[in-house]
Amino acid sequence: MNPDIWHQIFNYDDYGQLLSLVANSIIAAAVLGVVGGLISTFVMMRDLAFAVHGIAELSFAGAAAALLLGVNVVAGSLAGSVLAAAVIGALGVRVRDRNSAIGVLMPFGLGLGVLFLSLYKGRSANKFGLLTGQIVAVDTPQTAWLIGVSVVVLLVLAVIWRPLTFASLDPDVAAARGVPVRALSPVFTLVLGLAVATTIQIVGALLVLALVVTPAAAATRVTASPRLIPLLSVLFAVTSVVGGILIALGSSIPISPYVTTIAFVIYLACRAAGAVRTRSGWARRPPAVVAG
Amino acid sequence: MIEQLGTIAPQAVPAGGTPVVLTLTHAELRRGERVLWSGLDLELRRGEFIAVLGSNGSGKTSLLHAILGRLPLSAGALLIDGRPPRRGSDLIGYIPQQRAVAPHTPLRARDLVRLGVDGHRWGLPLGSRGLRRRIDDLLTEVGAHEYADIPLGLLSGGEQQRVRIAQALATDPTLLLCDEPLLALDPHHQHAIVDLLDRRRRAHGTAVLFVTHELNPVLPLVDRVLYLAGGRFRVGTPDEVMKSSVLSDLYGGSVEVVRAHGRYLIAGAPTPHHPDPAGGAQP
Repeated sequence: MNPDIWHQIFNYDDYGQLLSLVANSIIAAAVLGVVGGLISTFVMMRDLAFAVHGIAELSFAGAAAALLLGVNVVAGSLAGSVLAAAVIGALGVRVRDRNSAIGVLMPFGLGLGVLFLSLYKGRSANKFGLLTGQIVAVDTPQTAWLIGVSVVVLLVLAVIWRPLTFASLDPDVAAARGVPVRALSPVFTLVLGLAVATTIQIVGALLVLALVVTPAAAATRVTASPRLIPLLSVLFAVTSVVGGILIALGSSIPISPYVTTIAFVIYLACRAAGAVRTRSGWARRPPAVVAG
Repeated sequence: MIEQLGTIAPQAVPAGGTPVVLTLTHAELRRGERVLWSGLDLELRRGEFIAVLGSNGSGKTSLLHAILGRLPLSAGALLIDGRPPRRGSDLIGYIPQQRAVAPHTPLRARDLVRLGVDGHRWGLPLGSRGLRRRIDDLLTEVGAHEYADIPLGLLSGGEQQRVRIAQALATDPTLLLCDEPLLALDPHHQHAIVDLLDRRRRAHGTAVLFVTHELNPVLPLVDRVLYLAGGRFRVGTPDEVMKSSVLSDLYGGSVEVVRAHGRYLIAGAPTPHHPDPAGGAQP
């Protein structure tokens, strides 16, 4: 390859200096990786990948509106996300209703976002960043916001973890055991909305799925242990996002291709490992022990 | 839970008889305008096995929901061990239909059982050695220990239902509610599941309320039948209820019941009772 182009894309000459400039972003990214990894395990359990996409587009519209009005972009994207989560929660309880509601909502949100961006006269990097991610734009107050919202998400998840797992995987028996199956659904959608809105700040609206779906999708390929899946999922998400930022620092390309590529490679590796595990007898019983 | 059982058990013992687990008195359940059943009187005693039969929409599953505290009766009374029903009561174990488990569902056999033990509690699933031993014991009790660590989606339907029984027994219930647990199982697995339920009720005196479309697979266990149809019902031993005259009266039409080779074959009921061709005469 032409070394000039290579040098244009990758330039790690002032890496140490750059690193100190984006310390905030790396902390924020690590926190988002933890949030994304954990929330993605429930996105998989509840089959909500499409809802994540829908929420992301409305969140993008909210952020674009905030940019246009000159108010806090994180607040704008949170408002869009929560609105989308509320609409999705209210419109569709059944999967099929839900998916068509999301399909209707998504282009509308994206259209609104494009409208707001076209009216915005500020820095064009800000515009593009909302869709495809940015790191340099994450300043200290924004980091505080991101971490604050993430802490709320993590606390709520910690409280509802067990009943949410039960309600997501085994709703009939969960209801029989007194789990508030129906009430948990909007609570989770709301938490998901918050998580998506914060993740958008780093990877952008179009690529949220790489952090909120891919990690657990990869983890469930290699294990069925409810303890290992969230751990692996967090590991995958943090690796993708922090790794993506560290590579993107010395590069002229935005961060999202790196994040999504790392996430995708992890997913492929997990699929391959899962296929090997299945072939070598995942379902094989241990040699029979004399039963008492 | 143990304290509860200790205080309840003596109360529920009537003078000289087997303790009553479940009492329905003049119970009525409506969905909207429609009366599913009314005037229902039923007592379920320890170790008793009652099969609940009836066409679709006759209120069989709703009866289970009422006992689980998910649906309030529109009239009458329902008592479980002498107390009104409560959502999530440890006195009740619930076994649903076997359903296809999506591939890559993040649950192994032991995890499904664990959900039955503490899945309803708030907080993180931290676990302990005692909990693990408890889950192992439950799986051993139903003969599912050898596939404890295998993902649920990789187990056969019959194996999954064994695990479901272990899950339902997690709270050591006095009453098992079964909602068509044999559906979609082949006769071999049906027999294994029925055998497990029978052993459990004999060893622990667990009462069983068994909703089913098919009486024959459970016939050897059935003490009494509750037959629901058209807002009315009939309770009695299989021989008392499974008669042409009784079912014709319940359905308000001509229904033929034949008893042959230890099986009941029904012809002419408004909805198919028997998926097997021998009894599957439909209007």
